[in-house]
Amino acid sequence: MTQDHSHSLAELVGQSTGPPWVGLDPVNEPMIRHWVEAMGDANPIYVDAGAALEVGLESVIAPPTMLQAWSMVGLTGTLERDSQRGQVKEIEHPNDRMMRLLDEEGFTSVVATNCEQEYLRPLKPGERIAVSSVIETISDVKKTGLGVGRFSTTRSDFYVVDDSFPEDPEGRTNAITSAEHVGTMRFRILKFAPGAQAPTMPPRPRPAITQDNEYFYEGLKAGKLLIQHCTECGTLRHPSLPGCGACGSLEWDTVESAGAGEIYSFVVVHYPQVPSFEYPLPIGLIALDEGTRIVANLDLDVDSIAIGMRVQARIDKLDDELSLPIFISAAS
Amino acid sequence: MKTRTFPSLSVGEKLPTVSIPITRTLIVAGAVASRDYQDVHHDSDLAKERGSKDIFMNILTTNGLVGRYVTDWTGPGGFLSRVDIRLGVPNYPDDTMVFTGEVIALRDDEVDPARGVVDVSIAGANTMGNHVVGTVSLTLPKQEV
Repeated sequence: MTQDHSHSLAELVGQSTGPPWVGLDPVNEPMIRHWVEAMGDANPIYVDAGAALEVGLESVIAPPTMLQAWSMVGLTGTLERDSQRGQVKEIEHPNDRMMRLLDEEGFTSVVATNCEQEYLRPLKPGERIAVSSVIETISDVKKTGLGVGRFSTTRSDFYVVDDSFPEDPEGRTNAITSAEHVGTMRFRILKFAPGAQAPTMPPRPRPAITQDNEYFYEGLKAGKLLIQHCTECGTLRHPSLPGCGACGSLEWDTVESAGAGEIYSFVVVHYPQVPSFEYPLPIGLIALDEGTRIVANLDLDVDSIAIGMRVQARIDKLDDELSLPIFISAAS
Repeated sequence: MKTRTFPSLSVGEKLPTVSIPITRTLIVAGAVASRDYQDVHHDSDLAKERGSKDIFMNILTTNGLVGRYVTDWTGPGGFLSRVDIRLGVPNYPDDTMVFTGEVIALRDDEVDPARGVVDVSIAGANTMGNHVVGTVSLTLPKQEV
């Protein structure tokens, strides 16, 4: 991080991102047609008034997922915003300020991570849409798969307004409170410094590969999570051993695990720190659905980890010689 | 086109799997139709300059495709009330996104007693993993319309 703006960012939480904004065009059939053509959406209620009437609507409606599209700034607005990036504006709204502060922290890239939209009623052609947004959360600095950065959630409320909706920012802020609320969106982004942690990290320590466990690492390289299986009594075992703990047989083969299981136990390592890992470092003992347990790293937010949590293996290629399983939430 | 009725559904019902070819045209047309002119959604050179492999699908298009996947299954009388998604790996051109879904809850519609609310969990996966996972809620009529 080049600068730490934690304090200034915390002050922005709860603030409106700027005065309410009115979409450039009212809900209209040409934009709806462009949308349904692009999406390949053949639902007739978006384009055919007769079909809309048949299902109990008064007219064609906009695809509900177009909600945000009615509030976009368009090409001119995008070019204008891009050209002003990094400059301190005369009037800097909280959202501009947040983005500038995050840029200054070195988190210049952005990716959307979550979008939750609620549609309170369908929107009809001719309706003008206004949107009012609030910065709901800005996270601490997090290490993510993309790089170090901060998450931010913005909540936007969408309203239908008529021609009497004022032009001036203050008038809009007052008038929006009595407008008809038609939808809500929570949008979470990650502002990050791409690959910031990657170059300095030395490679992972190498496992000691023997005749007994070679299948495991070779399997991972081929993208498979293989588990030792006693051909005599059928018991699965991990980590690898020459003989079966249940029947003593030395005969074995392997089965491919689907990688699904639950957290049987876990630890979060804070110290001592080895430079090839990121800390805090969660390590899980996973009870695989096939019926044996395996120790592996967890790609999970440390606060979210719980015994019994459903997880799924992902096989990460760390370099040409080493691939390892890492467990992520089964919900993802 | 017929609409599924609320009583015909049961929790655990799987939606038909649908494959969406992720073409350059879909990515660009979706971005423009949603009035999203960020260069990473239409300009490969600039997308690469910014560290991306290629142009990639914008979130509004993902929302649109998720909505389409679910209403294609219900028919035109299914009205979306909520789309809650989490983004994973990007949708780059020349891939395919495979949608799967399952009914996870059936509820009363507090606004309209003639309709019921269906919650559907969905996932859209491409060759790199899940592009999108989430929950879609929509209302359906209790009787045929």
